[in-house]
Amino acid sequence: MTLHKTMAGAMLASTLFAGAALAQTELTMWYHGAGNETEMVLVNEMLAEFNASQSDWKVVITTFPQGAYNDSIVAGALAGTLPDIIDIDGPILPNWAWAGYLQPLAIDESLIKDYLPGPKGVWDGKLYGIGMWDAAVSLVTRQAYLDELKLRKPTLDEPWTGEEFQAALDAAKNSGKFEYALDLGMAWTGEWYPYAFSPFLQSFGGDMVDRTTYKTAEGALNGEAGMAFGNWWQGLFKGGYAQATQDGADRDSGFASGKYAFSWNGNWAALGALDAYDDVVFMPAPNFGTGSKIGAASWQLSISATSKHADGANAFINFALQPSNLARFSKGLGLIPATAAAAELTDNYKAGGPLAVFYDLSQRQGLLRPVTPGYPVAAKIFEKALADIANGADVEATLDAATDEIDADIEKNGGYGH
Amino acid sequence: MASKFTVSHRSGWLMAGPAFGLMVAFVLLPFVFAVAFSFTNQRLISPNPTEFVGLTNYEQLLGLGLLTLDPLKDASGAVQMKDGEPEYPSLRSYTRNNPDYPQYDGKREWFSFSSGGDARTFVLASDVVFMKAVVNTFLFVIIVAPLQGGLALGLALLINQKLRGINVFRTIYFMPVVVSIVVVSILWKIIYDGNSGLLNNILSGLTFGAFQPVDWLGNTNTALGAIIGMSIWQAVGFHMVIWLSGLQTISPTLYEAAAIEGASKWQVFRYITWPGLRNTAVLVLIVITMQAFGLFAQINVMTKGGPIDSTQTIVFQAIQRGYGKQDISGGSAISVILFLIVLSVSLVQRYLTRDKEAK
Repeated sequence: MTLHKTMAGAMLASTLFAGAALAQTELTMWYHGAGNETEMVLVNEMLAEFNASQSDWKVVITTFPQGAYNDSIVAGALAGTLPDIIDIDGPILPNWAWAGYLQPLAIDESLIKDYLPGPKGVWDGKLYGIGMWDAAVSLVTRQAYLDELKLRKPTLDEPWTGEEFQAALDAAKNSGKFEYALDLGMAWTGEWYPYAFSPFLQSFGGDMVDRTTYKTAEGALNGEAGMAFGNWWQGLFKGGYAQATQDGADRDSGFASGKYAFSWNGNWAALGALDAYDDVVFMPAPNFGTGSKIGAASWQLSISATSKHADGANAFINFALQPSNLARFSKGLGLIPATAAAAELTDNYKAGGPLAVFYDLSQRQGLLRPVTPGYPVAAKIFEKALADIANGADVEATLDAATDEIDADIEKNGGYGH
Repeated sequence: MASKFTVSHRSGWLMAGPAFGLMVAFVLLPFVFAVAFSFTNQRLISPNPTEFVGLTNYEQLLGLGLLTLDPLKDASGAVQMKDGEPEYPSLRSYTRNNPDYPQYDGKREWFSFSSGGDARTFVLASDVVFMKAVVNTFLFVIIVAPLQGGLALGLALLINQKLRGINVFRTIYFMPVVVSIVVVSILWKIIYDGNSGLLNNILSGLTFGAFQPVDWLGNTNTALGAIIGMSIWQAVGFHMVIWLSGLQTISPTLYEAAAIEGASKWQVFRYITWPGLRNTAVLVLIVITMQAFGLFAQINVMTKGGPIDSTQTIVFQAIQRGYGKQDISGGSAISVILFLIVLSVSLVQRYLTRDKEAK
């Protein structure tokens, strides 16, 4: 089959471009960025450079819209038609690695020695995926608001405590200047909920599952810390600090138009905020008891278990990890470069750059979502629990139910290989 | 007989073949799979082998329990009150890790009712979300079937006239049916928006600002009603066309005779139109019921089952489990239950609307 393809490709190449380079073996790649023009331009640039840089391999890309991407991978895996190279969202990686869709990478250690912890996709002690960037979330506000509300500017070393955060929300609410004190991004249903909000729970001392065993959520999600988090979370909406259902347009432009005093948002939206105001401040997450936490890990490159050209796929991934490539995506998309060396190549993330704070946030506060094949299901259950609590459901009963559901799923899957 | 059936109907089989084959491949086979999977622990993604688990999936979905509790009493024996209501012992102490009550383990409160005196009976369910989905789906069917059928008949009567430009009205009423339900749902999501939605603006304009904006889809009391309203509007044109075809099969001589006899408009409808629409009515009723049980797209686009499960439906839950939670066996079990529900409802409808004179 592959031989035929290669032969056919070679024959076609020789007829069409007589004398052109012969017999590059084709590597297939699936990517989630269809519809995002800027991103696809950058990816295609990188592919063209790789294909031209050597004579053995030629990467051919197929793109999917992000919303349909995961389903396509699962369908491809069930049908046995996965390509050689896929990209994959970090927290799902253990699930697919456990299911046998992926094979471990062979990466030049020196390339990832100084890596941020987030972009490394490790399962069962092996590296299955590697990202070219990370993402980070910060509490966005303006210096003018801080001055007006007489609030201390929190720092990485000394973030706001839970009480200070509450006082800040009260001050913003009582000032009467804002529609809501806090913009949490409730409009972004889906992975945003576990990604952006589970770090609050972790800062309270709870978690989506008990990370010591990964066999149960009992005590982690519905323990004392979990309940404290749940009550705090419900209080945000009951107390009128944030809205439980948010318009997508408000999420995109609400902070820029002065509707909110604080916005919980990612580095990808930071350039927009900087455009809107010249005194934007990116503040670390509040510390609710066990330190400030934010979610880590973004999209990563990986190789399918069925790939017959793992050496070629690895060569491509090694190529993609060059600092210049990391910098390319950071410059084009505002993403956080995965290494400090690459960060120095960008205007935004080099020391003193306007977004450099996100690199530090990622490095100092980034916490991976639970590294378990059970994550995709637990994340769905967690999302529903948070939405229900925000809408006024009983905190204790909701977190208990979510715990039971996560435990039942872990049991149904024979412990997910932990 | 069998040979005649197969041989002399060869051309018939040939013509039915493509449709028949597709039905087998995309309806019959998946259903057989669903029944089989519902007795296993089949996952969407898993390296573990599939195992037969008997009725576990069904027990998980349908498990119920009753628990009657007396209110908490203080030292003097008086009932403890909280927010003006008697306070009851925490259900959590019965349903979580309590070896004395293994039958309630993992169950949650579905609803409760007073059972004489201060005692209260709590109905506990293993899967409260599924129970709510069943109730919501039935509510949707019971409201949508008569309203949509009636409204469609009204529209059909209106456009069954010989007026100039009547086709324009027919087209307008039929338009929502042609537009994809996903597009319609997105538009209505914007119409129902809690801050600046069209509906809120119209209502506040009509009442000169006295109307307080309602977050139609974000409020547990209005969300299902909002979806019912838009669903009726969306599909009413389809059933209107079926009614219309029924209306046009009624012989005009009957109407002429009625006119000569001097029958009133109501008499004409009651004794000529309605009896003539009998078979159409049965068809419309059954089609609306079956479509209503399949409520999914509106929910998926507009509310995702929220807020607090107030718009969960059976099909949405089946998909949510099968794909969202990778639990193919659980999703299959829900599909089988839905099949049994729709089958029994259709049989009952068939029986109630049977032709009583025909022997």
